[in-house]
Amino acid sequence: MAESIISMENLTKQYDETTAVDHLNLEIERGEIFGLLGPNGAGKSTTILMMLGLTEPTSGSVAVCGIDSTRKPIEVKKRVGYLPDDVGFYEDLSGLDNLLYTAHLNRIPKREALERAQSLLKRVGLSESGEKKAGKYSRGMRQRLGLADVLIKNPEVIILDEPTLGIDPEGVREFLDLIQRLSRDEGITVLLSSHHLHQVQQVCDRVGLFVHGRLLAKGDVHTLANQLFADRPIVITVKAPNLSDECIERLNQINDVIKITQEGEALSIEAGHDITGEVAKTVIETEGTLKYVNKRDYGLDEIYHQYFEGGEARGDTRLHSES
Amino acid sequence: METPGFIQNLRERDGEEESRNPKKGTDPFWVIVQKEMGDHITSWRYIILLGIIALTCLASLYTASQTIRDAIDQANDKSSLEGLFLFLKLFTLSGDSGLPSFVWFVTFLGPLLGIALGFDAINSERSKGTLSRMMSQPVPRDYVINAKFVAALAVISVLFFALGFLVMGFGIYIYGIPPSFESFLRVIFFIVLTIIYVAFWLNLSILFSVRFRQAATSALSSIAVWLFFTVFYQMLIRLVAQATAPGQQSGQTVNALMNHQHFIFFLGRLSPSQLFNDGTLTLLTPSVRSLGPLMRQQVVGAIPSPLPLGQSLLLVWPQVTGLIAATVICFGISYLLFMRQEIRSRS
Repeated sequence: MAESIISMENLTKQYDETTAVDHLNLEIERGEIFGLLGPNGAGKSTTILMMLGLTEPTSGSVAVCGIDSTRKPIEVKKRVGYLPDDVGFYEDLSGLDNLLYTAHLNRIPKREALERAQSLLKRVGLSESGEKKAGKYSRGMRQRLGLADVLIKNPEVIILDEPTLGIDPEGVREFLDLIQRLSRDEGITVLLSSHHLHQVQQVCDRVGLFVHGRLLAKGDVHTLANQLFADRPIVITVKAPNLSDECIERLNQINDVIKITQEGEALSIEAGHDITGEVAKTVIETEGTLKYVNKRDYGLDEIYHQYFEGGEARGDTRLHSES
Repeated sequence: METPGFIQNLRERDGEEESRNPKKGTDPFWVIVQKEMGDHITSWRYIILLGIIALTCLASLYTASQTIRDAIDQANDKSSLEGLFLFLKLFTLSGDSGLPSFVWFVTFLGPLLGIALGFDAINSERSKGTLSRMMSQPVPRDYVINAKFVAALAVISVLFFALGFLVMGFGIYIYGIPPSFESFLRVIFFIVLTIIYVAFWLNLSILFSVRFRQAATSALSSIAVWLFFTVFYQMLIRLVAQATAPGQQSGQTVNALMNHQHFIFFLGRLSPSQLFNDGTLTLLTPSVRSLGPLMRQQVVGAIPSPLPLGQSLLLVWPQVTGLIAATVICFGISYLLFMRQEIRSRS
């Protein structure tokens, strides 16, 4: 079953001085939803452009559906639907006409194109606005029209570049839902790039973490955290106003405790494994008034901080303003 | 509403159809041409320019016809009317009211039309984000630029042929006699020359639209080039001519004078508008026998009659070739630039 539909080998793209994509090796399996995750400027879009043969790799190779994207881009584009970030439509044409144009570019005969466009509009929930000019569409509607536009050629793979950018939360939820259903019902492989970890986590089977042109880790979100933070200690934070010295001493004796730091009434305890229960028990037994216990998990947020905050400065401000 | 496997159904149906009829649907190239032509014809700038061109040309026609009518009245021998090439005069004569001739208007407004149809060909698609969407369809990249050129050229051709035939019809209406076959052919060649000339400006503006990311920049650059060639280039040449003219006193040979004259003509013909003017002059005024300086001994023995069409064509052949070459060079450069550009969304 694990047949790979997109495969990249040592894919590299060099722009003058900077390396946008650095020896990337990645296999994407048929039918899965793969999330390419990374801050802005990590090389996600460049990778996607190379998959479609829209830009040539400096070295290495990429094949989609077993076809070399650099040598036979037309064949690849027959099978792959691509939704660019911030997709544009001909604003003086109606949504339906925009779809029909794409259909005709794909050599779909007129009558069939009309049928297909109408049912796709219905599918993405735009059947009411099909006759409306695309210039009047809202951001979310444009994105959904974009999805219909991608699907009209019956693709085997769809590639979505930052598909949720600029849509309101409810719109994002519906959009991701739509993508998930499509993938499940039609067996379409979906590759989506994003810098929104939480959204990616909702729909993706697997995630690749992409920073500075390199793939740092891949797998589902849980494995990702394990891969990245395997040797990190667990940090437990305790708040209690009346911590006694005895308490701290006893805490120090708990197995695997590495370090304890005290800041006013807060304690942070680093340990090799999860000792939250023992910590709480100790505090209570030494008659401390336990107000707050928290185990910091190295989950998405830590991945986020670790790799994204250190990313491109401009990307950071965007991330903040959108969240 | 949801039908699971909907696309799979379609795909299966596709499979059947594909086996029966592997080549289906129109070629994407003609799909793009069709859409571009539709866009041009319905766009405001085309309609406005079309209006201006049609109005000015008809106005100049009207005054020209008045002038010609007077000339006819004065001519005693009505049978020699065809010798005057009245139909061609309709295009070249300016009226008494100071309104320039039809040809002048076409020379002036044609480039603007070409620029208007081309200046945002590529960069507007890029900034609207439709270029990357189009490029992700199974369409060879050069289809886009080729189709845009072909579509604009088709629109221009239709416009100028319509205008030319309109003028001829107008002429028949005024004079009551049809043009001679030669006059007709001369008009056709004039129209073809005009289309080539406008195509040059079209390609120049397409080149700028590939090169510059902003539509405004490319429009302004095209118009700057156009202004340079129509207004300032003549002045520059005059300046150069004065500066390099051989002196009177130093016993100049005829050869030196001729060389200087040839040099000035050469400079002038670097401008596409000069090439076009030479071409129209020769085609529409059959009495023009040379576009360069003529020595007296060359003219000796010549019969003072209009040139036949074949000879006129021979005379403008270098000009036409030059114009076509300039057009092709512009297109070649834009083609190359476009093929090498990386297409990202909206950048």
